[in-house]
Amino acid sequence: MSKTVVFHPLVVRIAHWLNAFAIVCMLMSGWAIYNASPIFGFRFPAWMTLGGWLGGAIAWHFAAMWLLMANGLFYLLYGLLSGHFRRHFLPLRARDVLADAILALRLRLPHQAGSYNAVQKLLYCGVIALGVLVVLSGLSLWKPVQLAFLSDLFGGFDFARKVHFAAMAGIAAFVAVHLLLVALVPKTLLPMITGRGRKQESAT
Amino acid sequence: MSEPEQPRRKPEKIRLADHRTALIKVERRLLLRSSLSLGALSLLAGCDLQDNDKVDQVLWAMSRWNDRVQALLFRGSKLAPTYAASQITDPFPFNAFYDEFNAPDIDAADWRLEVAGLVRDKQPWTLERLRSLPQADQITRHICIEGWSAIGQWSGVPLKTFLQAIGADITAKYVGFKCADRYYSSLDMPSALHPQTILALDFRKQPLPTSYGFPLKVRVPTKLGFKNPKHVVALMVTNDNPGGYWEDQGYNWFSGI
Repeated sequence: MSKTVVFHPLVVRIAHWLNAFAIVCMLMSGWAIYNASPIFGFRFPAWMTLGGWLGGAIAWHFAAMWLLMANGLFYLLYGLLSGHFRRHFLPLRARDVLADAILALRLRLPHQAGSYNAVQKLLYCGVIALGVLVVLSGLSLWKPVQLAFLSDLFGGFDFARKVHFAAMAGIAAFVAVHLLLVALVPKTLLPMITGRGRKQESAT
Repeated sequence: MSEPEQPRRKPEKIRLADHRTALIKVERRLLLRSSLSLGALSLLAGCDLQDNDKVDQVLWAMSRWNDRVQALLFRGSKLAPTYAASQITDPFPFNAFYDEFNAPDIDAADWRLEVAGLVRDKQPWTLERLRSLPQADQITRHICIEGWSAIGQWSGVPLKTFLQAIGADITAKYVGFKCADRYYSSLDMPSALHPQTILALDFRKQPLPTSYGFPLKVRVPTKLGFKNPKHVVALMVTNDNPGGYWEDQGYNWFSGI
C-alpha cells in the first residue's frame, strides 16, 4: 500500500527552483568572466557561457547574485528557524555516511521517498557550506577595498579568485551528481514540482 | 461519505505494471520540459546589453541598482591597501582598447589639461603648473574587470587638491575625463574626493611612459582599472553623468572595489 504525502513544502520548492535558475545564471556568466583572464590552463567553451561578452556576463553575474543571495538567506533562515534542517539533515554521523557510501558505490542504496540517507545529508550540508563560501569569496572579489577583511580572509585578491573557483567547482560537481541521480530515479522530480509523492508503507 | 452502489463488481487493484508506460511518458515529458527551459536559458545567452530587448532592459536596470548599492557601500575614509616597493609588478601590464603601439604620442610642451563645467577657474593647466601643486605617492593594486591584478606605483596631484585649486563645485555629482585616444570616463564626486584618487604624472617615480598614459592618468585605487583613464586632456565637473567608453557599452558605471 502507499499513500500520498507532502515531501517538499511549498517554501522549499520555491526556494529550490529560484536557486536552480540563479545557480545556472551564476555558473554560466561566471565561466564567461573566467574566460576573460583564465587562472588555469583552459577556457570554458563559448556555448557554456552567458552574456555574449565580458560586459554582458558581468551584468548577468551581478544581477543574478542578488537573487542567489536573497533566496539563499531566506532558505537558510527558514531552514534554521522552522527546524527543516534539524529534521532532514540531522543526525549526521560519520559511521552512517561511510556505511551508506559503501552501499551507494555498490549501487545498493535504495531511494527512500521522504527521507535522506547519510550520504545525501552530507552532500546537502556540504553544498550549503559551499554556497556560503562561494558568496563570501565572491563578495571579497567584488569589494576587495571596502570589504578588505574578507579579501584578507581569503588570502588576498588573487588567491580569493582561486577560492571562488574551487567553491564553484564543488557546486558544479554537486549539480552534476544531483542531476544524474534525478535521471536515475526520475520519480523524485515530480515531488519537487508538486510537493506530493507516494510513500511506501511497511506492510506489517 | 456514501459508497456508490455501482459497480457491483469489486474494482480491480491498481497495479504499477499496468501504468508503467503511461508513467514513463509523463516522466519523459517532464524531462523534456526541464531541458526545454535549459534551452530557453541558452537563448538568453544572446542577451548581452547590446540590443535593448526586455532582458537587456532588466540587466541595465540591475546595473543602475548596483550603482546605488555601491555608492552606499563606499566609505571616503576607507583606504585601498598599499604595498612595498618590492611587491610592484614588473613589467606592469599594458591594457587599452587598442594595441600598445597605437598609444597616442603626446608632446609635453603642447599638452594642456582643459577644465570645464562647474568650476570657478577654467584656465588650462600645463604640466609645470600641475607639478607645482602638492604631490602624493602610492603603491596600490590595479584590479582589471577581466580578473587580473597588478601592483604599481603612481605619484601626482590628489584630485581633491586640484578640484579645490580650480574652485570646483564639490557638491556637484560627477567629475568627467576626456582622453587623447577617444577614451572617456567619469567618477562620482565622493570617489573623486577620496584621498587616494590622484592625477598621476609619474609611474615608479619617473614621468608616465606612453604605454601607461603620458602625461596624465587618473589613478583611482577604489575603482576597477577601466575607471582609471590615461592620456587625459580634459576634466569637467557636472551634474549630468558623462558616462564612459566602456560604461556606455555595458560595464557597470560605478565599478567600485
